[in-house]
Amino acid sequence: MARLLFPILFLLIAARIASAQAPAIAPPPAAAPPEDGQWALPAKDYASTRFSGLDEINSSNVKSLQVAFTFSTGVNRGQESAPLMVGSTLYVLAPYPNILYALDLTKPGAPVKWRYDPKPEASAQGVACCDVVTRGPVFSQGRIFYNTLDAHTVAVDAETGKEIWKVKVGNINIGETTTMAPLVVKDKVLVGNSGGEYGVRGWIKALDIASGAVRWTAYSTGPDSEVLIGPDFKPFYDSDRGKDLGVTSWPPDAWRQGGGNVWGWISYDPELNLIYYGTGNPGPWNHEARPGDNKWTAGIFARNPDTGQARWFYQWSPHDVYDHDGINEQILLDTEWEGKPRKILVRPERNGFVYVLDRETGEVLSAKPYHYLTAVKGVDLKTGRLEMVPEKEPHTGKVVRDICPNASGAKDWNPSAFSPRTGLLYIPHVNLCMDMEGLDTSYIAGTPYVGMNVRMKAGPGGHRGEYSAWDIKQGREVWTIKEPFPLWSGTLVTAGGVAFYGTMEGWFKAVDAQSGAVLWQFKTGSGIIGQPTTWRGPDGHQYVAVLSGVGGWAGAVVAGDLDTRDPTAALGFAGAVPDLKDVTTKGGTLYVFRLP
Amino acid sequence: MCSAFLRAMAAAMLLLATPAWPRELRVCADPNNLPFSNQQQQGFENAIAAVLAEALHAELEYTWWAERRGFIRNTLNAGRCDLIPGVPVKLERLRTTEPYYRSTYLFATRSKDGLDIASFDDPQLARLKVGVQIVGDDGANTPPVHALNRRGIVDNLRGYSLYGDYGRPDPAAAIMDALARGDIDVAVVWGPFAGWYAKRHPGLIAMHPVSPAVDPPGLPMTFAIAMGVRKDDDALYRDIEAALQTQRRRIEAILDRFGVPRIDAVAEAVH
Repeated sequence: MARLLFPILFLLIAARIASAQAPAIAPPPAAAPPEDGQWALPAKDYASTRFSGLDEINSSNVKSLQVAFTFSTGVNRGQESAPLMVGSTLYVLAPYPNILYALDLTKPGAPVKWRYDPKPEASAQGVACCDVVTRGPVFSQGRIFYNTLDAHTVAVDAETGKEIWKVKVGNINIGETTTMAPLVVKDKVLVGNSGGEYGVRGWIKALDIASGAVRWTAYSTGPDSEVLIGPDFKPFYDSDRGKDLGVTSWPPDAWRQGGGNVWGWISYDPELNLIYYGTGNPGPWNHEARPGDNKWTAGIFARNPDTGQARWFYQWSPHDVYDHDGINEQILLDTEWEGKPRKILVRPERNGFVYVLDRETGEVLSAKPYHYLTAVKGVDLKTGRLEMVPEKEPHTGKVVRDICPNASGAKDWNPSAFSPRTGLLYIPHVNLCMDMEGLDTSYIAGTPYVGMNVRMKAGPGGHRGEYSAWDIKQGREVWTIKEPFPLWSGTLVTAGGVAFYGTMEGWFKAVDAQSGAVLWQFKTGSGIIGQPTTWRGPDGHQYVAVLSGVGGWAGAVVAGDLDTRDPTAALGFAGAVPDLKDVTTKGGTLYVFRLP
Repeated sequence: MCSAFLRAMAAAMLLLATPAWPRELRVCADPNNLPFSNQQQQGFENAIAAVLAEALHAELEYTWWAERRGFIRNTLNAGRCDLIPGVPVKLERLRTTEPYYRSTYLFATRSKDGLDIASFDDPQLARLKVGVQIVGDDGANTPPVHALNRRGIVDNLRGYSLYGDYGRPDPAAAIMDALARGDIDVAVVWGPFAGWYAKRHPGLIAMHPVSPAVDPPGLPMTFAIAMGVRKDDDALYRDIEAALQTQRRRIEAILDRFGVPRIDAVAEAVH
C-alpha cells in the first residue's frame, strides 16, 4: 500500500509544481475570478473558459462517477441550456414554455424549491424558427435573468422565484424571438434577438438591471447612428472603415431586413471594458439579391457596455453565402504572441477556422482550419478577408457538390472550453459537407416558393462529429475523438484534468484533458445538445450536471418527428442524420453525477 | 348465456350507432392569412373546406397554426388535424389530391399607370420600383425573385415579408397596400394575393401573368394547388378526391368570388 501511495503522492506534488508556474496562456484574471465552486454564467466566467478549478473529480477517479439524482424538465424538446449552481440551489431552465426550476441541493434528491412560469405567448411556437430552444439563464446580483421564446426578458429573485420584472424586447408577430443566454455587465443585462430567417433585423440591447428599461440598442445593419458607430470606432481593416457601411454595403433598403441577429455568446473584458459578440448571417434573401459585404452581419463587434458604442468590428464572412451565423463563443485569453504579450480572443468559427484576434484592436493574428474545407481557402492576414473558392459558391439552379463545411458551419452555437492547465481549447464540432442540387419547391403562408435542395452528408472519414483538443498558439489539432453523429453539445474542462461532453445518441463522456482517452461514459435517456456544468454542492463534493434531450437544428428529425425519407428536411439536416431516430428518442431530463 | 346475449346486444347497438356519430373533417389552417384562411373562416380555403364537409356529411373542425416553417409537421403530421386545404401537388411530406386550381405569379401594377408589363425581360423592370415578397428560410425565394436577380434586377427590388406583422389582420397584404400607396410600381406576387386585392379595389389594380412561365434553368411560375392529407390516410384521400369532383362547380364559384386568377391548361402547370 505504502509502496503504491508514494509514486501517486509524488505525481500529485509534481503536478502542483507544474501548475504553480505562470501559465503560458490563460484568461485575464479580471475575466476569470478564482474558483468559488459555483457555476453562475453559462460560460462560467466573462472570459468564457467553461473551466472549473474543482478537482475532486479527476482523471483517475472519474471512472466511478455515478448518478446522484435526475429531474425531468417536463418538455421533450431540444435542451440546450446550462444548469446553473449558486449557493445551494441548482437552476434549470426548460425550452418553451420556458419554466425555470430551482432545485434545493441541501435536501435529498434535490426537490423543487420553487418554479417560475413566465407564461409566454402560445403563438410563439408557431412563429418561432427552428426548435423552441433556450440557451440558458444567467445569475447576477441575487437574480436570475433569462429570455423567453416570445421575445421577453425576465428578472427573477433567485431566492424566492418571484418575478422582479418582465419586459418585451422584441415582436414575436414579426418572427422575432429570443433564444440566447443574456450576460450581465455591471448594471446592464445584455440581450440579443433571433429571427433572421424571417428577415428580422438583428440587435443587441442593454437593459437596466433594476427595471429592465432599455438603456441602449445597437443594430447590426443600418446607419451608423443605429449601429452605435461613432468617434470611438476604430476597426483594424480598411474594409470596415467608412460612413454608414451598414447601409451602403447592401442594395437600397435591404439592410432593413438584413438579419445579423445576435443569438449567440457574449464575452466581457472588465479591464478593457469591452464586450464581444458575434452577429448572424445576412438574410433573408439568397446572396444574389444582396450584393455587397452586407455589414455588419457574420462578424464580431467589440463595444463599450456602458454606452453601446462600437470600438471595432471584424467580419468573419463578408457577403456570407452559406448561412454561416458568426455568433459562436469567443474565449478571452492573455498570452505571448510572437514575442509580445497580447490580449487575444479565440473563436472557432463556422467557416472552418479557429481565429485568434487581438481583442484590443480586432487584428487577425491567426486563422487555422479545424475542419475539412473545400469552400474556403484561408484568411488573408493583410486584409483580414476570407478567401473563397468561387466554384463552390451556391447559385439558384446550379448543382454544387461537396461544399465543406456545410450550412451549419464547422461548428454551430455549442460552445468550446479552455483549460489553463493544458493550454488547450476543447472544441465540439461537426464533420459535415453538403451538396446543393436542383430546385426544391415548397409552400408557406399560401405561397409557393423555391430554394436549393440541400443535402448534408458526412465529411471525409464518414463520421459526422469530432471532439478536438486544439493548440491555440500552434494553430493545430492535438487529438480528436471521432463521433458517429454531429456534436451539438457544449463542453467543460476541469482542474481535475477531465473534459466532459455529450453526444446525440445520449452518451455523456468524460475524457482525459491531456490525452483524449475516454475515461467514463454514461448513456442518458435522450441525445445531448446541452451545456454541462460542474460545481461544489452544499455537501462539499463536486458534481457534474447536464441536460439530456435531443433537438435543435441537428436533432430536429427526432424532436420534430421529421420524415427522414425526405433528406432535405430541416434545411438538409435530415439527410445528415437519417439514422438518428434509430438511436435516440425525445427527452428532457437533467442528470447530475458525483463520485460514490 | 345471459351475459353473452347482453354482450352481443351491446355490440349490435354499437354497430347501429356508428353511422349516427357525426363525422369530423379536421382541417389544419392558418388563423390569420387572408385570402386563404382566417379564424373567422372568411378565406376561400375556409369556404371550400365548408363545402367539402357538407359533401362528406361531416362537421368542420379547425386546428389553427401559423403556416410557417414546421406547419405540416406540427399540424397534419402531428395528428392534430387531417386535411390541409392548400398545398402544391407533389409536395413531399404529405399526400396530395388532384389539383383543384392552378394559378401563376403575376405582375400587379396600378391600372392608371398603364405599364402593361408581362415579361421578366420587359426593360421597364430595370428602372421601376419592383416589390416582391420575402419568404425567409435562408436563401429560398419566390420564383420571380430568382428570375429578376438572374436579369440583374437587384437594386430596385423591395422586399415585403410574406409573414408581415402577424399581430394585424391580413399580414401578407402589405405589398399590395404599398403598390396602392405608390411606394412601389410593380408587385410580383402569387395570383390569389393580387386577385383578391384587385377584387376588393375595383379598377385600381392591373394584372398580367408573368412570362416565361418556366424561367431557365427550370424555375416554375405556375403551380397547381391541391388538398393534402397524411401519406397513409387512404380513406380521407379517396373521400376528398371524390368530393372535389362532385363539388367542382361550387369550388369554382368560390374561387371566382375571391378573384383567384386561374390558368387552365394543364400543360402550362409545371407539376
